[in-house]
Amino acid sequence: MNKIIRDWRDDIYDVFKELNISLVSHIPDAGHTPLIDLCEKDNEIDVVTLTTEEEGVGLSCGAWAGGRRSALLMQSSGVGNCINALALPNICRIPFLTIVSMRGEWGEFVPWQVPMGQGTPKVLEAMDVHVFRADYKDEVGSTVDAAAKFAFNTRKSSAVLLSQKMIGAKQFKNG
Amino acid sequence: MIERRMFVQKILSKRQDSLRVVSGLGTSTWDLMSAGDDTRNFGFIGAMGQAVPFSLGLSIAQPNKRVLLFTGDGDMLMSLGTMATIANHPKPNLTVIVMDNESYVETGSQPTATAGKTDLELVAKGAGIENTYTITKKTDDYRVLNTIYEEEGPSLVVVKCKAEETTLVFPYSFDGVTSINRFMDTMK
Repeated sequence: MNKIIRDWRDDIYDVFKELNISLVSHIPDAGHTPLIDLCEKDNEIDVVTLTTEEEGVGLSCGAWAGGRRSALLMQSSGVGNCINALALPNICRIPFLTIVSMRGEWGEFVPWQVPMGQGTPKVLEAMDVHVFRADYKDEVGSTVDAAAKFAFNTRKSSAVLLSQKMIGAKQFKNG
Repeated sequence: MIERRMFVQKILSKRQDSLRVVSGLGTSTWDLMSAGDDTRNFGFIGAMGQAVPFSLGLSIAQPNKRVLLFTGDGDMLMSLGTMATIANHPKPNLTVIVMDNESYVETGSQPTATAGKTDLELVAKGAGIENTYTITKKTDDYRVLNTIYEEEGPSLVVVKCKAEETTLVFPYSFDGVTSINRFMDTMK
């Protein structure tokens, strides 16, 4: 019998539902697209497209102050945009959860992605964000579950880095 | 030109219980606190540029409350993109008041972009916020009260005010956890 392999984006969506995450903000990334689509089809989830990732930090914090849980989806290049904003969840002990699709680390085609991709875990840790990492598809659900519980149970910030090895490096073709 | 502190105090003098007030870092927070300590307020003292998206998040999560943000032109200029986010995710309960003194008063009154070519009302319009206007006289404050409590938001009001140094009025606590917990208790 063939084993039915669920898409790992479905696993993230299930965690959102189970943990009552009802606001999802993002700067889109191809790796997140099926998850964004799932959230947009769900009437109980508000999806907010941002203009820069740092907005998602304040948005999440304001929503939590008002009683709603949220998650910020972004690419590793967006993490750098969030640095000073991360002072807000840090100093107020607001649970903050972000799910980051990695670039610049595994089979990357675009050299411009490398500096921020390599800097991503260091920058997050420098701002006291607890970093989780998923390298394989079958560990995405449990990793997002652990990171979300870490954030919401302990009122701290957490990030899940979805490795480029797992997502697959985007290939570009000239012409 | 409007005296900002008197303006903020007047706006809050007939406060309705549904109102939750957020202030951007620096002078806007001292202005808000000068109207008296109130657990229904949350004042930023850092994280410049975050008060605007924070207020949007709060207005999404609390549709039955009216959410008002007082912030300065410096903070607003740092989060211009959020105007577009607010316009495209419109919440009828959100009002942003920009106390525009055209300068970074706290750091030595260096001019901001609004002292030059930039008009925040026009930026807001261009971003897609339909209910936006500028006031320059204190007698226009009745209009702002109507916007906060009655009109369908999102709204953005630019209040042209004097660039003057005012006394610092500190919040109940500088501790973020204390501040946010007090504020959140009022949502129940």
